[in-house]
Amino acid sequence: MTDAPLLIVGASMAGLRTAEGARRAGYAGPIEFLGAEAHAPYNRPPLSKELLQTEGHGHDEVAFPIRSALEQGVTWTLGRAAASLDISRRVVIDEAGDEHPYRALAIATGLRPKPLPVDGHALTGIHVLRTLDDAVGLRTSLRPGANVVILGSGFVGCEIAATAAKNGCAVSVVTQSAVPLERALGPELGGEVRRRHEAHGVRFFPRDGLFGLVGDPCVERVILSSGVMLECDVLVVAIGSDPNTEWLAGSGLDVSDGVLVDGGLRALTAEGAVVPDVFAVGDVARYPNPLFDGVARRVEHWNLPTETGKRAGQLIAAHLAGENCEPLAAAGFAPLPSFWSDQYDMHLLAFGMTYLADRRELVAGALDDECVVEYHRGDALVGVCGIGMRSLVQSYRSRFSVPTAAV
Amino acid sequence: MIKIDVDMNKCQHYGQCVFEAPEVFQLNADDKLEYQAQAPDEMLADLEAAADVCPMQAITITQA
Repeated sequence: MTDAPLLIVGASMAGLRTAEGARRAGYAGPIEFLGAEAHAPYNRPPLSKELLQTEGHGHDEVAFPIRSALEQGVTWTLGRAAASLDISRRVVIDEAGDEHPYRALAIATGLRPKPLPVDGHALTGIHVLRTLDDAVGLRTSLRPGANVVILGSGFVGCEIAATAAKNGCAVSVVTQSAVPLERALGPELGGEVRRRHEAHGVRFFPRDGLFGLVGDPCVERVILSSGVMLECDVLVVAIGSDPNTEWLAGSGLDVSDGVLVDGGLRALTAEGAVVPDVFAVGDVARYPNPLFDGVARRVEHWNLPTETGKRAGQLIAAHLAGENCEPLAAAGFAPLPSFWSDQYDMHLLAFGMTYLADRRELVAGALDDECVVEYHRGDALVGVCGIGMRSLVQSYRSRFSVPTAAV
Repeated sequence: MIKIDVDMNKCQHYGQCVFEAPEVFQLNADDKLEYQAQAPDEMLADLEAAADVCPMQAITITQA
């Protein structure tokens, strides 16, 4: 099958960066993208912000530019989900039954939002936000005066809350945690985020959940576990994501939580053996990061699809050129996660894995103004987050390094 | 030469680009982005990396 392409399942940012990385490293052969969404790769962060508040914005505003290296030799099969993988025949079968052979396979199928945790009674007015189509569907509902209930207070929930409040909606956030962003940023910054949302009229229902929905045919009220009843025209479910790996069931890959890969982004079996010619990138990949420890994790921060894609592309190019990839794969992969969030006039910027911390320390500024918080686990710095103060936050990048013992 | 455009309507001055191509991008004393509009061809990989990591996708790289 020497004519078979580098097959990238998931026409996503991670998939795009994998293709670019392979080209940059010298792979000139065919590339095929197989994507469940109808759209070419686009940038997701604006979906909860600009795109959600700007009528008329669509794929053009968020599409990634396709660089000249990918103008030739690339096939786009979009609007078609993968259904199964046969590693012995080196073929992916799509939902229509068509076969897509590969010389190398990059899995970039990403995540999907966790569903409504209670019976939705097929009511309308219930939304999630992951895709462009989700955002366009939600946007038309965020009318001034609409009662918007957001379940979940992670980054997606908080950003939708801020956008909806700016749009003039009456916003309530229902969350299991005590404060928004608690797991990611801890109680101090989370409390400050709550204060800023409340200053914009957002109501919080902490340590609470969804008990049931009332309405016909559109949701009209939600009943919380605490017994509180809220008027609700729009319910947004933002309680995290699950990896899209059902299509890999029975393939031989370890998909117990995303696709387990080694430091070379090469897929592994449950026994830890490298699966020939199969790589995974982006949100769906679970890999160890020696910057922190040896635990394989899925990390959902925005820069990691790019980091994993670039590295996988480099390995794939070497592999397809017949080179021995072992030294490259063994050279540690230690990307520094970075993430940011814009809510109102608050600009959060963070590096590292703040949620691994057992101790937090305000090292500059004040929480209710601009500030920088360090996140420590034992003696090790595991993260930093700032409100504003970007130069200071940026200066921390050089302070994350792989411990000598872990190299 | 490579031409560098930053859409300052999109840019939120996160400075991620500064790390990838400090010769071209800097944050000034007010934490605002400053950049050079041109760079030599050999910086292409760094500049593409800077464009890739921009959270707002505000950077356009064009090879003249």
